[in-house]
Amino acid sequence: MAQHQIQVKVNGTDHKAEVESRLLLVHLLRETLSMTGTHIGCDTTHCGACTVLLDGVPVKSCTVLAVQADGREVTTVEGLEKDGKLHAIQDGFWQEHGLQCGFCTPGMMLTSAALLANNPDPSEAQIRQAISGNLCRCTGYVNIIKSVQYAAAKLRPEAG
Amino acid sequence: MEPRTSAAICGMGHSMKRKEDPRFIRGQGHYVDDIKLPGMLHMDIVRSPYAHAKILAIHTEKALAIPGVLAVITGETLKGFNLHWMPTLMSDTQMVLPVEKVMYQAQEVAAVIATDRYIAADGVEAVEVEYEPLPVVVDPKKALEPGAPVLRTDKAGKTDNHIWHWETGDRAATERAFAEADVTVKQDMYIPRIHVASIETCGCVADFNKTDTHLTVYMTTQAPHAIRTVFALVAGHVGLSEEKIRVISPDLGGGFGGKVPVYPGYVIAVAASVVIGKPIKWVEDRMENLQADSFARDYHMTAELAAKKDGTMTALRIKTLADHGYADAAANPSKFPAGLFSICTGSYDIKTAFTEMDAAYTNKPPGGVAYRCSFRVTEAVHAIERVTDVLAAELKMDPAELRFKNFIQADKFPYKSALGWEYDSGNYKAALEKAMERIGYAELRREQAEKRAKGELMGIGICSFTEIVGAGPSKDFDILGIKMFDSAEIRIHPTGKAIARFGTKSQGQGHETTYAQIVAEELGIPAAHIQVEEGDTDTAPYGLGTYASRSTPTAGAAAAVAARKIRDKAKKIAAYLLEVSEDDLEWEPGKFSVKGAPQKSKTIQELAFAAYTNHPPGMEAGLEAVDYYDPPNLTFPFGSYICVVDIDRGTGEVKVRRFLAIDDCGNIINPMIVDGQIHGGLSMGLAPALFEEISYDESGNISGGSFMDYLVPTAMETPNWETGKTVTPCPHHPLGAKGVGESATVGAPPAIVNAVVDALSHLGVRHIEIPMTPEKVWNILREKGVAE
Repeated sequence: MAQHQIQVKVNGTDHKAEVESRLLLVHLLRETLSMTGTHIGCDTTHCGACTVLLDGVPVKSCTVLAVQADGREVTTVEGLEKDGKLHAIQDGFWQEHGLQCGFCTPGMMLTSAALLANNPDPSEAQIRQAISGNLCRCTGYVNIIKSVQYAAAKLRPEAG
Repeated sequence: MEPRTSAAICGMGHSMKRKEDPRFIRGQGHYVDDIKLPGMLHMDIVRSPYAHAKILAIHTEKALAIPGVLAVITGETLKGFNLHWMPTLMSDTQMVLPVEKVMYQAQEVAAVIATDRYIAADGVEAVEVEYEPLPVVVDPKKALEPGAPVLRTDKAGKTDNHIWHWETGDRAATERAFAEADVTVKQDMYIPRIHVASIETCGCVADFNKTDTHLTVYMTTQAPHAIRTVFALVAGHVGLSEEKIRVISPDLGGGFGGKVPVYPGYVIAVAASVVIGKPIKWVEDRMENLQADSFARDYHMTAELAAKKDGTMTALRIKTLADHGYADAAANPSKFPAGLFSICTGSYDIKTAFTEMDAAYTNKPPGGVAYRCSFRVTEAVHAIERVTDVLAAELKMDPAELRFKNFIQADKFPYKSALGWEYDSGNYKAALEKAMERIGYAELRREQAEKRAKGELMGIGICSFTEIVGAGPSKDFDILGIKMFDSAEIRIHPTGKAIARFGTKSQGQGHETTYAQIVAEELGIPAAHIQVEEGDTDTAPYGLGTYASRSTPTAGAAAAVAARKIRDKAKKIAAYLLEVSEDDLEWEPGKFSVKGAPQKSKTIQELAFAAYTNHPPGMEAGLEAVDYYDPPNLTFPFGSYICVVDIDRGTGEVKVRRFLAIDDCGNIINPMIVDGQIHGGLSMGLAPALFEEISYDESGNISGGSFMDYLVPTAMETPNWETGKTVTPCPHHPLGAKGVGESATVGAPPAIVNAVVDALSHLGVRHIEIPMTPEKVWNILREKGVAE
């Protein structure tokens, strides 16, 4: 199998790797780079546990080849916290009991963070739509929606 | 109930933010697939495309020729160690890997061991298996017909596919009551096969050290201690001895009962590690998870109610047939092969009842385990709550009125049910009244009448369920002979901080927080200072694990009792230090003080320090206790749910407009977590009611075997759950708590079905099977001439 030299910026740090054509981005992150916060929950791109941001856009990293990330920027759950300060979405999930088992949480938070980056004041319907590609089996989504709303309020400029 | 402790202590009743969350929100959870050991190899599994077939040959040469493939393990390999079959928790047997034939589609046929998971998958593709298809049986009714192919030919003398027959209650008295009744109703129901589909699938890392013969298994299990014992019993003959087996259940990405059984993959990985002497990782993918792991339900029921003209229920009779797949691999307490189905008299004072249950083998995966409710309680509640609405329709009574007429009254507890349970406490009337008032029941009925006049379809459904959880008292409850106690061990450190370990295992329920709050409640040590650990059999006390809503009723009780043992010792130390008799001391959370002289006191932290530095002569040093709690009875949480639906006449789509859950789980430890448990439970009630089903065609081919067609609800389909509570403490639990994890999964489906049937009741509809898909509903609308 052909090998490829790639360079991917993950959470602000450049990583070089030699990868097989077929290596999935999720395995590059989890196995090659040992960043296990990105999870795998299915094999048909339905559950969203593996969601990361590729150049700021949520993608399911089980359906992206590592070579497709060459020269691009990836944000994973490990990159949400900055300088020891939790991202508002992380704080929201904690304060509003937006997680139980924690397995869908990284993907759910990244999808939500991307939503808030584009729409600082989403309606409940917009939040539901945005996270509809991320399955959660524990929470019934009610508290996830509250978590996103909490983060939205915290991120809005008037909140200071 | 106002919390008894301050926010700084954070005992019961505080909505403490979860202690486990800081790691999860940073992506620092530690799940089984995150484990990487030096020299670790990967396993992948070859699975059968046939539901029933003879294995003629397994060709492994091409797989073994792939660089990086180290071994292919087959049934013959395991047969060499007599490990090709294993016992189930129900004293049946199931294959680890087949030698002669496969019994369901996706059954494990061989395992490939390789240096990475991609190469292992290549190896799986390269293994060639020759099969000779055999006749397939997928319908349990047909399986029991004379002349049906006998599936378990491995069992000497087995001439049919019948597994067991079980009865409870008084058959003759029930027949008399039905003969004498003014009104009788009868309803067939089928609860389809469904799957827990926790977002993390199952897997393990088996690590056998050939030098010291220790086996460590990191494993997605809800019951690590029981699993260790099972490994020792199953593989003792190949040298695995219980003191050298360590099972570690790391963070679990959901469980819901699906991580109770011992799946063949775990055993093959262990066997491979023992043979090869290297750590072996096996993590199944989603399709394997849905197609081969334990399912739930698959239950055929016929429920009958007898009543007087005024609606007084006089007798209940239910007949059931359970499809267990090719092996009875459920996880029921051993004296209850049909689970706790006999809770089916529900919330009603029905004096006479009889149930008979049978189980059959088919060419489907084994299980019958759980979907956030382990012991057939969901099925029982579906039967009674549906047939109650059928009776209401027959009598032209409002379903709420019929329920009020038959509820067990609050002054009748403890209540002995016709099928033998002693309900601990309840106030069913109060819960339904509260639900009706909050949702505005009378107004909804008016709205429904108006909509009906305009041809719009709106329905209101009620479910007033009684749960039965907290298994269980050792006189009746065991699994493989091991009594169903659970345990807590608490150690107070000299600086007044503590570690508490438990025989249970959280899968998201928040044990690290709630157990800490229980200890805080009893000892006044801040919950923030109490480290909770579970899941490591080398350190935690023995327990049966977390399923069937048993953690709070059993291990939670053990935590309270162990903490009280510690408080008793602390009191002796306080008496010594304050130079008074123990009788002169009084307790408030966090300190003992002298009666009448409150300035003379010792805090629990001071007493902890003294336990190691200045303990009374003649007393052992240290401050710790362990408790193995044997509950005196089960607990009986209950609730009343009301669901409002609108049905689209053009598409048949059911829209849940509102869903209100009033739950009573006794005293509450953490209200935020209880609410979260109910939200999740409701979603896992919505799912089978409207979306999820695993079915098979006549050849035994699965449908619903991936997330492409197994429809786990997203945020788009899930309504905004409304919750509320009544509090009726459990009289026998040390904290008055009952457990809550599964109530909503049990209570939600009949509320939703009752609402949909109610929307169509004026058209003569009396019952709809779940899942109530748009297609199914639209066909009914078309049949009744109201489809648009």
